[in-house]
Amino acid sequence: MQRVITARDTGRVICRSCGLVASIGQDRCPRCSARLQSRDTQSQQKVWAWWLVGLIAFIPANLYPMLRTTQNFRTEDSTIIGGVVDLIDHQAYAVAIIVFVASIVIPVGKFIVIAYLAVLTGRAHRTDPHRLLVLHEVVEFIGRWSMIDVFVVAILTALVQFDVLATINPGIAAVCFALSVVFTMLAAQSFDSRQIWDRLEESAHHG
Amino acid sequence: MELAGGQSGKRSDAGIAEGEDVVGCTVCDAVYRLPRGMADQSTQCARCGHKLSFGTNTALAWVVSLSATNVVLLFLVVFLPFLELRSGQFGSEASVIDVILGFSSGIMVPLALAVLAFILMLPLSRFVLLIYALGPIALGTTNLPNAARALRWAFALKPWAMAEIFMVGVAVALVKLADLATLAIGPAFWIFALLVVLNALQDTLMCRHTLWTALTCNG
Repeated sequence: MQRVITARDTGRVICRSCGLVASIGQDRCPRCSARLQSRDTQSQQKVWAWWLVGLIAFIPANLYPMLRTTQNFRTEDSTIIGGVVDLIDHQAYAVAIIVFVASIVIPVGKFIVIAYLAVLTGRAHRTDPHRLLVLHEVVEFIGRWSMIDVFVVAILTALVQFDVLATINPGIAAVCFALSVVFTMLAAQSFDSRQIWDRLEESAHHG
Repeated sequence: MELAGGQSGKRSDAGIAEGEDVVGCTVCDAVYRLPRGMADQSTQCARCGHKLSFGTNTALAWVVSLSATNVVLLFLVVFLPFLELRSGQFGSEASVIDVILGFSSGIMVPLALAVLAFILMLPLSRFVLLIYALGPIALGTTNLPNAARALRWAFALKPWAMAEIFMVGVAVALVKLADLATLAIGPAFWIFALLVVLNALQDTLMCRHTLWTALTCNG
């Protein structure tokens, strides 16, 4: 494979925000004034820090109630899993799958994939960088969709307010879950994709 | 499109001048020389496959007009009823604002603010920033102060504007409520759905390279 010329090779830095090729040593992009950095040397630390707080917030999000439904003077708490089970009871299988994927599969998958990417880019690896890049793009794209559950809670809360007959209120897990989504999105964004390719070239150099 | 620095692959500065004909890949750090004639064609990074340019030179006017339309639609969404719920003699009507205020008690206030930001404020800010940065180019006047900063923020806010995710949330909520009460869909629901479609159309037209080049050339 022909060796690709990188900005770093030519003593330049590419603005990650607008794509301008600027000379190295400048602090901010002359076009869009974003902070310029040839490589984010702290990206590993940032990724792991956001990953960890995201994981910490994810635990209470699953243990505590997401929804508090009061019907005929009886209050029922339902967790994320409880909500999915309710939907299955109502024979709404398609929606149950959407909720299950958005609030369990995607968050858990994200934690695993981000950790995998962070571990691999931290050292020399033999994995095809294209595969890593696809993983990174998928994680960045899909992370926001976990917010579905929080929005559902908000809509239900707003609509179902019939005093004694029926009310729905948000539980503390809604806050934790929203925080967890935000933190994992930040973790995915802190990732410096250029380092995936750096390792490839390093290993090519060493044979 | 060829690799900047020539075929020899020397670590040299030869032939790279700062200017519009040099394109950098923001994903993998590769640098390319993009001939001016190719600026309206779709090009990909040869190494990582990232789209460097979509080749949509006429997109700018579209992006501006779609943004303006979306701002108007957003204002309509806020004030019109979104969903209506009827159960016997009880009825409740919720606008998007009610959805947000549903959270606003005690510890839930930060969550209410976050939902407000995700589904209304951030999409709105994006549209306003785009109009601010690109509007003068579409109108043929000079750039407003800090236009570049505005355009940068418009791109940075993209992952945090979650209008389309909210619509899926509405669909899930409708199913959950289906056997509890009769639901009526208000005008704001359809306007919001239209907004999501227009927003998606706008995002497909937003080519970073083209927009940034247009902004720089406008001076």
